Amino acid sequence: MDTMRDRFISTTSQLLDDDPRLAVVLAEISRDGFDAAERRHPDRVINVGIREQLLVGVGGGLALTGLRPIVHTFASFLVERPFEQVKLDFGHQGVGGVLVSAGASYDWPAGGFTHMAPGDVALMDTLDGWAVHVPGHPDEAEALLRRAAAGDGRDYVRLSMQSNERARPVTGAGFSTVREGRAGVVVAVGPMLDNVLAATEGLDTTVLYATTVRPFDGAALRRAVAGGGTADVVLVEPYLAGTSTAAANDALAETPHRVLGLGVARRELRRYGQLEEHLAGQGLDARSLRERISGFLTRT
Amino acid sequence: MTTTEMTSVAGYEDLDRLLALMTGDEKHGPAATSTLDALWVLYDRVLRVSPGTVDAPGRDRFLLSKGHGPMAYYAVLAAKGFLAEETLPGFGSYDSPLGHHPDRTLIPGVEIGSGSLGHGLPLAVGSVLGLRAQGLTDPRVWVLIGDAELDEGSNHEALAYAGPAGLDQLHTLVIDNASATYGWPGGIASRFEAAGWSAETVDGRDHEALYAAFTAPHAGRPRAVVARVEPKS
Repeated sequence: MDTMRDRFISTTSQLLDDDPRLAVVLAEISRDGFDAAERRHPDRVINVGIREQLLVGVGGGLALTGLRPIVHTFASFLVERPFEQVKLDFGHQGVGGVLVSAGASYDWPAGGFTHMAPGDVALMDTLDGWAVHVPGHPDEAEALLRRAAAGDGRDYVRLSMQSNERARPVTGAGFSTVREGRAGVVVAVGPMLDNVLAATEGLDTTVLYATTVRPFDGAALRRAVAGGGTADVVLVEPYLAGTSTAAANDALAETPHRVLGLGVARRELRRYGQLEEHLAGQGLDARSLRERISGFLTRT
Repeated sequence: MTTTEMTSVAGYEDLDRLLALMTGDEKHGPAATSTLDALWVLYDRVLRVSPGTVDAPGRDRFLLSKGHGPMAYYAVLAAKGFLAEETLPGFGSYDSPLGHHPDRTLIPGVEIGSGSLGHGLPLAVGSVLGLRAQGLTDPRVWVLIGDAELDEGSNHEALAYAGPAGLDQLHTLVIDNASATYGWPGGIASRFEAAGWSAETVDGRDHEALYAAFTAPHAGRPRAVVARVEPKS
């Protein structure tokens, strides 16, 4: 099975052939994967070197001339390092584009904290008008990328090595219902779905699945809460814990409710090792999730 | 569209009056704004853009990166008919489109919103790449930065890339009023030259010298013009 990043490269290379409006901007990361596309489209596959402020600025400049830029590097260097460029060179200029990150929160634990970006979605959430997509499978990544590339808005696509066993249909922008129950609603974001389904096996909970988290599908959450016995909500996100807690609270402003936000902790683990070890270290493996979710839902 | 004749609504001699509409200071002289002469020569004689072509794909682009002190910019835009003169007195007020830093979404003909330093040159690089990718090799892109703005590392990312990439549609105007705290030992132009740009330093008050520097050929290389004006006091 290819990774989401592999799929990003193959899909985007194909989109470049089909849509003259698209251009890819790189800062060395993934450049080998785009070699063939660059030979076919030397003016629309642009590698600026290890220069991330320029990476994002060039994306904004391309957009100012009417192209649709697809800007890519690791999340740490796409969102965190040049954050002001993201804020000003796209949003403030009033132009659109697609940012596609790799690396996520714990994709390369042996690389350490410099290559982890658990705060990327929370940072993007401070900005106006960005859709945030967190696919849980390479097929979903492809569908979301194709939709983002065809649009005109500002899209952030967060790719990860972590993937669910099988893809779900990515039909609309909203959350989908994977399982229905009466005692609480668990929202699983992207690659957290498999662990959430395992963790809630046998529990009487609704499980919603979210691949596009911004805009936050508050209507789906309200419907799920209304269909159950309690307004207890657990969010399980593969980035900073609590990133969507405020959005869930806003969605349920008219309903007495409780929300538990699970995700990656602020404190640095300062561990290397493997992805699975980090999931356990963050309490995001199926066993830890079951304890935390059932503990929260059985409290009254 | 390749060239556009611009109808000058007002002339250089009107700029002092237009500036005064924003400052309320009748004794204000052109020399008080470091960018005024270079901007005037650009808009009067070099840039192929007019109020009627602000959205034309083939227009020349001017990006004011140094968004601080944009009064000279607004005065020139008003003189050239991009802005109604009546908007100038509202400068900086809640209902005015004219801020102390420009916003491209509020003023037709303003190519970028700026104010935070170091964004214009990377945006200009992207604009040139975008034009080139669309086969638009005729339009030129100009970006104005200040000598102190050059402190920002993003400029150095852009200029180090643009030279080797051979972006000959790219032009950087550096207004040098010696305001960079640590200066540029060896000269500002040398930074650009070392990165493969064509570069020239001229008197930023001498209209003929500016015009000659702005229009000198620079095949295959981006162009930098350093316009030196009186040091900031």
